[in-house]
Amino acid sequence: MARKPPSFSDVKTNVQDNVIWKSIFRPGSIYRKGYRDTSRDRALAAMNNVLYHLHPVKVKRHGLKLTYTYCLGGLSFFLFILLTITGIFLMFFYTPAAGAGTEIAYANMRDISASITFGNLVRNLHRWGAHAMVFTVFLHMARVFYHGAYKPPREFNWVVGVILLLLTLLLSFTGYLLPWDQLALWAVTVGTNMMGYTPVFGDQVQFVLLGGVSIGPNTLLRWYVLHVLFIPFVTVIFLAVHFWRIRKDGGISGPL
Amino acid sequence: MAEEVQIDQEVYDRLIAAGTSERIARAKAKAASVRKAKIAEGANLGPRPAEQATKALEEFRSSHGGGGTAVATKAGADEAGNGGGRLTPEERSARVAASLGGNGNTSIGVPTSSQHTHRLLALVPPAGIQQVQSKQMDKVYTWPHLLLVEFVALLAMGSLLLIVSFFLDAPLGSLANPNQVPAINKAPWYFMGLQELLRYFHPMVAGVTLPGVAVVMLMAIPYLDKNPSARPENRKVANMAFTFFLTFWTVLVIIGSFLRGAGYEWVWPWTQGLGFTL
Repeated sequence: MARKPPSFSDVKTNVQDNVIWKSIFRPGSIYRKGYRDTSRDRALAAMNNVLYHLHPVKVKRHGLKLTYTYCLGGLSFFLFILLTITGIFLMFFYTPAAGAGTEIAYANMRDISASITFGNLVRNLHRWGAHAMVFTVFLHMARVFYHGAYKPPREFNWVVGVILLLLTLLLSFTGYLLPWDQLALWAVTVGTNMMGYTPVFGDQVQFVLLGGVSIGPNTLLRWYVLHVLFIPFVTVIFLAVHFWRIRKDGGISGPL
Repeated sequence: MAEEVQIDQEVYDRLIAAGTSERIARAKAKAASVRKAKIAEGANLGPRPAEQATKALEEFRSSHGGGGTAVATKAGADEAGNGGGRLTPEERSARVAASLGGNGNTSIGVPTSSQHTHRLLALVPPAGIQQVQSKQMDKVYTWPHLLLVEFVALLAMGSLLLIVSFFLDAPLGSLANPNQVPAINKAPWYFMGLQELLRYFHPMVAGVTLPGVAVVMLMAIPYLDKNPSARPENRKVANMAFTFFLTFWTVLVIIGSFLRGAGYEWVWPWTQGLGFTL
């Protein structure tokens, strides 16, 4: 006699009703108990999820209006995540080395563009995503200004936001050198020359940025570390403060 | 999966015809159909009978002899001339004492020995409860409302970038060569405003002082702008100043990016091409 195959709900019960499953999903999680469209489960969906819990359980209705926020802050954050992911992909294929006669960095860039599967697409995504992020962060700032959203109690979060704008520009700018082509070299020359005019410590600033007296292999390594590690690290910390302050300062600002 | 909730089409159509928003009409129609189903099952819906409260008040009056006030659920002056729904001060203090068990009486369901003073809420006259000054904040659940909007925005931005990246290749010039200076030498576009300023000022002013001052001023905005209003009509100066700043900066970036050619001289883009690489 053939045994009846287990029904879908039996399998589901067996998968969910054991120690391992319950240890992964917190008590009350909709992934543990199943989702029913009730107020309680709507609240739990936001509360018991590591990605969603940046949000409060409830938000002001006017904040949903696309023409209030234009989603610019969220899109900036999304682009930051996208750039992290595409950047990690590119790191697999890139060496920040530009010794005379070897020029590994530039050769790696040629390989990424020409012969690595999806290499060109990911590099394009990374480049255009960076431009888009500078643009959305800029627009986000303008949006916040015109809504007067920096007014008490949100003054300090505006300051954090300006720091994040500067970090975004620095992230973009440090990435500029990495392809090690003519455009990168001379664009960075313009930038570092400008910073070299800092009063009092101009020479020191330039020395730190260039890793020497002129652009060379040391500059590339230095900017690579700044680009993939140091500035993203600082940015993540300020992002955390930025998001935390939104919650603590009473959610997004009110209507005009 | 949530079980299907029927919608009372008749109610829905009536509300839509009356100009109610679709979302509210749907919610009300759902509620109407649920109510119908419950009534069909024999449930007793609707407001609780007012007699319960009236009975409790009558009971209290007969034991305290206050008399003469309006019944709690009915506003408006009664024959005795007392204000609608209001108690005389003596009556109120007597009721408080009674509910706290002060005179050994059991009043409005509060036993003599009760420590549950929250039952006092039952003694607050309706006029006192309804005086709500602040507006209720209109809030909705993050899931699904906000997350849906965010997800759509994310998909839109993601697909836009994917399409652009598919058709447009990021630039990759020839190998860096410190000995070969290109004819046109430009920074990334977001720094072209600074490079344009270099044209007019000493590098220390254009490259360090002005951007430094701009950043500090930008950070200081919330502390300088003491105007509490966020309405555009009340902050014309602030909006104008900021718009001027943004426009000025954008114009500098556009000039630097598109209108400067070899030797950073002014050229029109249709004579020598853009001279600009993203």
